[in-house]
Amino acid sequence: MTTLDIQAYRLRLPDTARPVLAGVDLTVDARETVALVGESGSGKSLTSRSVLGLLPKGAATEGSVRVNGEDVLTMTPEQLRRLRTNTAAMIFQDPRAAINPLRRIGDFLTESVRLNAGTGAQAATDRAVEMLEAVGLTGAVLRRYPGQLSGGMLQRVMIAAALMGDPALILADEPTTALDVTTQAEVVALLSDLRERFGTGLLFVTHDLGLAAAISDRVYVMYAGRIAETGPAEALFDRPRHPYTAALLNSTPRLEAPQGRLAAIEGRPPGLREELTGCPFAARCPLATYLCGQQAPALLPVPGEPARRVACHHSDRTGEGSHADA
Amino acid sequence: MRSTATGSTPATRPEGEPSMRKTVLEVLGLHRSYGSVRAVDDVTFTLAEGRSLGIVGESGSGKTTTARIIVGLESADSGRVLVHRRDRTERGRGRGRARRLARAREVQMVFQDPYLSLDPRMPVGTVLRETLRLHFPGTDHERRITELLDQVGLGSREAAALPRQLSGGQRQRVAIARALAVEPAVLVLDEAVAALDVSVQAQILNLLSDIRTETGIGYLFITHDLGVVRCVTDEVVVMRQGKIVESGPTAEVLARPRHPYTRLLLDSVPRPGWDPRSIAAARRAL
Repeated sequence: MTTLDIQAYRLRLPDTARPVLAGVDLTVDARETVALVGESGSGKSLTSRSVLGLLPKGAATEGSVRVNGEDVLTMTPEQLRRLRTNTAAMIFQDPRAAINPLRRIGDFLTESVRLNAGTGAQAATDRAVEMLEAVGLTGAVLRRYPGQLSGGMLQRVMIAAALMGDPALILADEPTTALDVTTQAEVVALLSDLRERFGTGLLFVTHDLGLAAAISDRVYVMYAGRIAETGPAEALFDRPRHPYTAALLNSTPRLEAPQGRLAAIEGRPPGLREELTGCPFAARCPLATYLCGQQAPALLPVPGEPARRVACHHSDRTGEGSHADA
Repeated sequence: MRSTATGSTPATRPEGEPSMRKTVLEVLGLHRSYGSVRAVDDVTFTLAEGRSLGIVGESGSGKTTTARIIVGLESADSGRVLVHRRDRTERGRGRGRARRLARAREVQMVFQDPYLSLDPRMPVGTVLRETLRLHFPGTDHERRITELLDQVGLGSREAAALPRQLSGGQRQRVAIARALAVEPAVLVLDEAVAALDVSVQAQILNLLSDIRTETGIGYLFITHDLGVVRCVTDEVVVMRQGKIVESGPTAEVLARPRHPYTRLLLDSVPRPGWDPRSIAAARRAL
């Protein structure tokens, strides 16, 4: 069964000229790791927060966000609480900002299951110890305060907390961005172990293309509130079909890439106060034609590659001219 | 551009040969402890005019403390920092406003988050005017302000704007312009592109490389990102627990790392076929 199924999801905020999310389709299956890649303002965090029903004030939504078949957008506060305790859990970017510094780790871990699932104190503590051991820590951490742990250890606590309610889906919003590279590797190794062991689906939100390619089964690339391109990680990075994906790859300073000047993308993403007709990337796109400014491209399957879909009028030409200016 | 047919062209700045260039920054035997923690432990390196040196390492490696000592925001327990062979760390040199300003003109710094390093109430043009008035009183500032903004790719519209009206990339351009205003010999960039989106980061990295070619300024690039190091530095110093564990030409160190810690850092960079489990194991073994 599809653990997470987002269909034609639109989200509009007050005082904006265009929807922040303009028709997002995204699925995550059980045991699947899916990366959602985009730059700031692309709507990737808003999408992942919507899965827990965490919407900004004044948000108007259309479409559906289903977790295990139930639509989050129509849930009552009581149903939402159950969802957040037992079904879906979030790992945030900065564990220091997400964990109360004045409470012991043990209180933080057991609070949610004790309050919402009615688990007894001893059972909750037992579960907390089990989860701490699953993330490579010990029960000794229960009595510590967040300030006594390193960033990497605290992010493990965060992951343990996410596992407490045995969720079907974990949402990880830039979970390694605040960590050192070697610590990042450890946390990623841990997440993929846990996914195999507990069978959870994982939606990994990141701005890091290299990381997305390295860890995920499928990737969604987001731009200005829309899915620009999606497909299996390897194929998507080997041969991007959307000019934005291609440009993003070319502008990343990588260890394997040729040295010298980077192929920067000129300009910047459209603001929320600008109305968008046509393709949101048209103004920065080397392939843009008159059509791109007039008509928004739909997310369509790539001929010959059924697992891939791309929203571009010129996807057949992507990659042609990208090496000319290198 | 480089002519190979005729021999030397004395009119142009020496290229390629690092030994031909004037040394602009020398760091000699720097030590700094906080209690029992040796934050900086015998750090020595040199930077030549117009070159770019990267300092890489994880949190707690001492890279930022080293940078802060060089800039003068932190003092060393022992060791020396020389700019154009003049000692910045010498006691007695620190007294007086003129001395302090002179020292500020030697080394400037660009921080990670321009939002925290710019006054939120001050328009961009005023930021630059204040800096110029402090360091070069009685000269024509307006022309220089336009010149500086132009150098970092900003126009008169941005000059009138407050920091919050600008994007992250534009704010970082302002911070770079302010640092360049005093014509420093060395620019220290502490994770200066880490908070930027990839596409904007590429614009700023290209801008920095253009400025270096134009002005011959030396860069000290503090970063944890090896991709960035490869892209913008000539030489690299790898730090761990306050010590330099490896140093050399960037291309060589990244292609043939000698120290296991450098190898671990390189293996930790995510890429297709990446194996985080073996990295986690290697990290524990080190």
